[in-house]
Amino acid sequence: MHEQKHHIATAFDRDLEKIQALIMKMGGLVEVAIHQAARSLDERDVELAEKVRAADREIDALEEQINHEAARVIAIRAPAASDLRTVLSVMKIAANLERCGDYAKNLAKRTSVLVQGPPVGGTTRSVRRLAREVERMLKDVLDAFMRRDAELAEEVRLRDQEVDQMYNALFREFLTHMMEDPRNITPCMHLHFIAKNIERTGDHITNIAEQVIYMVTGEIPDEPRPKGDRTSYAGGEKRKG
Amino acid sequence: MNQQETGAGEIKISARDVQVHYGDNHALVDVSVDISDKMVTAFIGPSGCGKSTFLRCLNRMNDTIDGCRVEGDIRLDGEDIYAPEVDPVHLRARVGMVFQKPNPFPKSIYDNVAYGPRIHGLAKNRSELDEIVEKSLRRGAIWDEVKDRLDAPGTSLSGGQQQRLCIARAIATSPEVLLMDEPCSALDPIATAQIEELIDELRRQFCVIMVTHSMQQAARVSQRTAFFHLGQLVEYGETGQIFTNPSDPRTESYITGRIG
Repeated sequence: MHEQKHHIATAFDRDLEKIQALIMKMGGLVEVAIHQAARSLDERDVELAEKVRAADREIDALEEQINHEAARVIAIRAPAASDLRTVLSVMKIAANLERCGDYAKNLAKRTSVLVQGPPVGGTTRSVRRLAREVERMLKDVLDAFMRRDAELAEEVRLRDQEVDQMYNALFREFLTHMMEDPRNITPCMHLHFIAKNIERTGDHITNIAEQVIYMVTGEIPDEPRPKGDRTSYAGGEKRKG
Repeated sequence: MNQQETGAGEIKISARDVQVHYGDNHALVDVSVDISDKMVTAFIGPSGCGKSTFLRCLNRMNDTIDGCRVEGDIRLDGEDIYAPEVDPVHLRARVGMVFQKPNPFPKSIYDNVAYGPRIHGLAKNRSELDEIVEKSLRRGAIWDEVKDRLDAPGTSLSGGQQQRLCIARAIATSPEVLLMDEPCSALDPIATAQIEELIDELRRQFCVIMVTHSMQQAARVSQRTAFFHLGQLVEYGETGQIFTNPSDPRTESYITGRIG
């Protein structure tokens, strides 16, 4: 990607580098949180789930720190052009990462409840696969951010469709289990919230990808991205009959 | 770029292929630009980039410099301002100028403002002249501060007041265009804010063109920004666009404070 020239004021470079390093750190923590939360669910590891819940505090603190540093740069440096876009994007990216962290924490919470009953088929394995896909998106979008690579960000943005499709499949899997045995309803409701939250994590990562594109090109992609989540319509066709 | 769409006014000044030489030095290269009426256009760029040179072409201030040669076509309302029949003194009444350092004449506040209307014969009698002076000082946003001491010397005012007096003096001849060459660089932040507020007011009536070294000032005050570099007009467009997403990497380097 294109080389950014240095500022005449080297302290300005240091300020911007610091904020970007904080984003990478925060993103890394969120990546770990998603990974461990999904693993704690699949492996019924309550201790790991507890660790994920505790680690969310650090993610929240990082968001605050990023906002603080960004406000400082705006006040002191009056950034313009790509510097301004970087500062604006960084604040939005931090907010999106914070939400992703919350969803991972929520997953971990539900793990503690779900381990109290027997597993429902291979559902947690499927949830973990979904989480893995989202994790990959997050890793790539962070790379795109670091390298200021709008093409990679665009690719991540389009990949959200696959997450939506995986979520649709899971949704049907849960419905099947619930229809088979009403005792599955409680765990499947929890599992469904988990799957939905992971799917939403994918949406937040898509937002981050859009911010990366804005940061690099100055333009927010305007064409609507393809939506793969059809579950809002699920069950509707039956009632017609 | 949508240069014409945000425009409040019609094109006031139109320049085509303007070249300026100072002796062997080619100071301005192929500058073509349309400047709209009733808005503020800022010229930015590093020292020696040609922005002041171009500003001074617009009221033929460069005529007074030995060895300076201006080529190309500059039109004010469609009329060639370098045409042989144009009287530069008359042109400068239509295209007023405010300088970096406030430069009131060593005369009274009243006479500073009355000077232009007198030499151009704009007032038939004393009461008409009084009216022009008051109106100009009001438009210069300084009337309330000086109305009780119009006989005091202009040089007795503070720097910011002197600059507003100079703006009042420039608009006393009812110009159509106001050129400002770094009008705030000798002023403190409060006086600067007052001048900026005044400029924002003035653009309702005038076409204002300002050279500034403060990019923040250009961003705050202007609707259009032109970036000059090494004698060329690199980029010209809507100010918000220039400061959030400039299209030329040289503009980007300059406004973000990177080594160009």
